Amino acid sequence: MLDDPKPTKLVEIDNLKMHFPIHTGLFRRHTGDVKAVDGVSFDIFEGETLGLVGESGCGKSTCGRAALRLYDITDGSILIDGDQIGDMSQKDLRTKRPTMQMVFQDPQASLNPRMTVQAIIQEPLDEHTSLSASEKREKVLELMDQVGLNRKFAGRYPHAFSGGQRQRIGIARALALNPKFIVCDEPIAALDVSIQAQVVNLLEDLQKEFGLTYLFISHDLSMVRHIATRVAVMYLGKIVELAPREALYAEPLHPYTKALLSAVPEPDPDLHDTMERTILTGDVPSPANPPKGCNFCTRCPAVMDICKQQEPDYREVLPGRYVACHHYNEVQTAADSTAASEASDQQSLSNTKNDQIN
Amino acid sequence: MTEAATPPSLDTRTEAPARNQWWDVWDQFKTHKGAVMGACFFIFIVLAVYVGPWIWSIDPTYIDIRARNQGSSFAHPFGTDQLGRDMLARMMAGGQTSISVGLTAMGLALFLGTLVGVLAGYFKRIDGLLMRTTDLFLALPLLPLLLVMVMLFRQPLSASFGPETGIFILIVIAIGITSWMPTARIVRGDVLALKEREFVLAARSIGTRPGRMILRHVLPNVMSPIMVSATLGIATAIITESALSFLGLGFPPDFPTWGRLLFDATDFMQQHPQRVMWPGLAISLTVLAVNYMGDGLRDALDPRIRGL
Repeated sequence: MLDDPKPTKLVEIDNLKMHFPIHTGLFRRHTGDVKAVDGVSFDIFEGETLGLVGESGCGKSTCGRAALRLYDITDGSILIDGDQIGDMSQKDLRTKRPTMQMVFQDPQASLNPRMTVQAIIQEPLDEHTSLSASEKREKVLELMDQVGLNRKFAGRYPHAFSGGQRQRIGIARALALNPKFIVCDEPIAALDVSIQAQVVNLLEDLQKEFGLTYLFISHDLSMVRHIATRVAVMYLGKIVELAPREALYAEPLHPYTKALLSAVPEPDPDLHDTMERTILTGDVPSPANPPKGCNFCTRCPAVMDICKQQEPDYREVLPGRYVACHHYNEVQTAADSTAASEASDQQSLSNTKNDQIN
Repeated sequence: MTEAATPPSLDTRTEAPARNQWWDVWDQFKTHKGAVMGACFFIFIVLAVYVGPWIWSIDPTYIDIRARNQGSSFAHPFGTDQLGRDMLARMMAGGQTSISVGLTAMGLALFLGTLVGVLAGYFKRIDGLLMRTTDLFLALPLLPLLLVMVMLFRQPLSASFGPETGIFILIVIAIGITSWMPTARIVRGDVLALKEREFVLAARSIGTRPGRMILRHVLPNVMSPIMVSATLGIATAIITESALSFLGLGFPPDFPTWGRLLFDATDFMQQHPQRVMWPGLAISLTVLAVNYMGDGLRDALDPRIRGL
C-alpha cells in the first residue's frame, strides 16, 4: 500500500512469456506461435489489488492463468510468496496451490454440474487437508456464510443458482484453503450490473478480512478504478503502462491508455456530445504476427518513425509509473517532441474531462 | 456452532443430515413411465428365470419322447420341443444363461471401453496409440473372429473350468473384447470436450490429482453416453450370444440359452411357430426393457434434468 513505507512483494513476475504453437499443413509442422503473453513483468505487493485491463484478446486471461502455472509457460520467472514456480513441475506445484487460487470468469462453466455446492467448496479441502468429514462440512458452511450464501443450499447443484450466487460459490471455493493470492479472471464479466457491484464489494470485504492480494483481470475500466490499487494496461501480450490507480486515471501516459480511457461511456449527455474521444482505427494485429517495433504502432494516434522500427523499453518514467512508449524515452528528436506535445495536449484535455467528472 | 449471528433455527435445519442424492435419482426415475415399466418387466424376467425353476420344478433336460412337439397345455404352458422337453423350464434355464452373459459381457465391454476412452481422451500422449488400437479392433470382422476364438479356446477353457463355466467365460470375454470400441470412441470424444471446460481448469488450479480429476470431474460427466452404451451393450451381448448359439458355436447343444432355443426351433418353424416365438419374444422384450430402463436412468442421473 502507498502509506506503507516498505511493502513486501508477494508476486514477482519477470518476462513472462506464453506462446501457443501453431501447427499447420499435412504434417502438422510447427509454423509459428500465438504470442498471447509476450514478455510481461510486474510485481504485486502484499494486500494490494493489481487491476489488469485491456481489450478482448490482448492476453489478460492467459496472463492470469500463466501466472498460476495453469499453463506450462514458455519463458520467464514467477515468484509467488518467495517460491519460484516458473519452472516447477506440476507435481511439485501441487503443494504450492493452496497459496494461490483463482476465481473464474464464467461461474456456470467453472462449477461441475454434477457436484453439489458442498462437494464443490469441499474439493480443495479434500485435496490439501486431512480434516474429518464433519470438520470439512463445518468449514464449508462457514465459507458459505462468509460469501453470503444460505447454508441450506449446501446440498443443491450449481444449475439451481443465479449467476451471482454461482460466482459466490466459486469465490468460496477459492477461499477454502486460506490463499494469499487470488487471480480474479473477469469475475464480474458474466454478471448483471447490480450483481457485479455485490460481487466486487464481496471481494473487497474478503480482502480486508483476510488480507488477500488480488490480480483483478477485467475490461471494465470503471470497476477496476473502484477496486484496484494499481492498474496495468495490456495490449497484444505486453504491458504498455502500469501506474497507481489515481495517477493512471487522472493522467494516462501511454497513447493506448488514453484511447482506452476515452472509450469509457460518459453518462452526462452534454459532455458525451462535446467530449473528444480518441477513436482507434483498425483492429488489434494478430498475436501470431505482431508488428515490427512497438506493438501499438499500427493504431497509435501519435505514431513516430522510431515506433515502427524499434520496440520501446518498458521503463519507470515517474516513480511507480511504468510505460513502454518512445514518447517517454529521454532521447527525442524535434519531430518527435511535437508529436509528444500533441500527445500532452490530448492529455490535458482528458485531464479537464476527468476534472469535470469528478 | 460458533457463529452467534446465525439464528438457531437455521442451525437445526442445516444440522439435519443431508438428503441422500440417490433419493433424488429415484424420484426422477419414477417420473419416467417407460423406464418404470422397463424396470418392472426386467425384474419380472430376472425373477422368472432365477426363482421360477424353484416353482416350475420340471428338469429342463428331462426327455419325454412321447410328449414331443406339443402345443400349450396345462402340463406344458409353452409346449414341448422335438424331444419332449418342457419349453417353459428350458426358457427359464436359457434365460439364466442369456441374462448373465448379457450383463457380464456388457460390464466387461463397458469397463474396457470407458477405460480406453477416458485414458485416450485425458492423456494426450497415449491417445494415438489407444485410438489406433480401437480402430484395429473395429476393423476386425466380428463374427469370423468370434468363431476363431471359440474354436481356439473352447477346449482348454472347458478342460480347466468345466464345460459350462469354461464356455461362459469364453463367450463373455469374446463378446466383451469385441464390443467395447464404440463406447471407447464416444467416451473419448466427450472427455476431450470436457477437458477444455472451465471446471476442469478450476480443479487444476486447486491442485487435484489426475486420478481424482478423472473420477470426480470426468467420469460423472460422461455418464450419459456410458449409460446409453450400457443398455445397448446388454442388448447386443444377448443378441450376439444368441447368434453364436444359433450358429452352434456357443454353449453345448444340450445346454439351453435363448439363442440356442431359437436355433433349435427354426427347423420346426413351419409346424410349430410358437417354439420360435417364445425365445424370440423373451430376447426382444428383455432388450427393450433394458433400453427403456437405461434411458430413464440416464435422465435421473443428470442433476440438470432432475431439478425440473
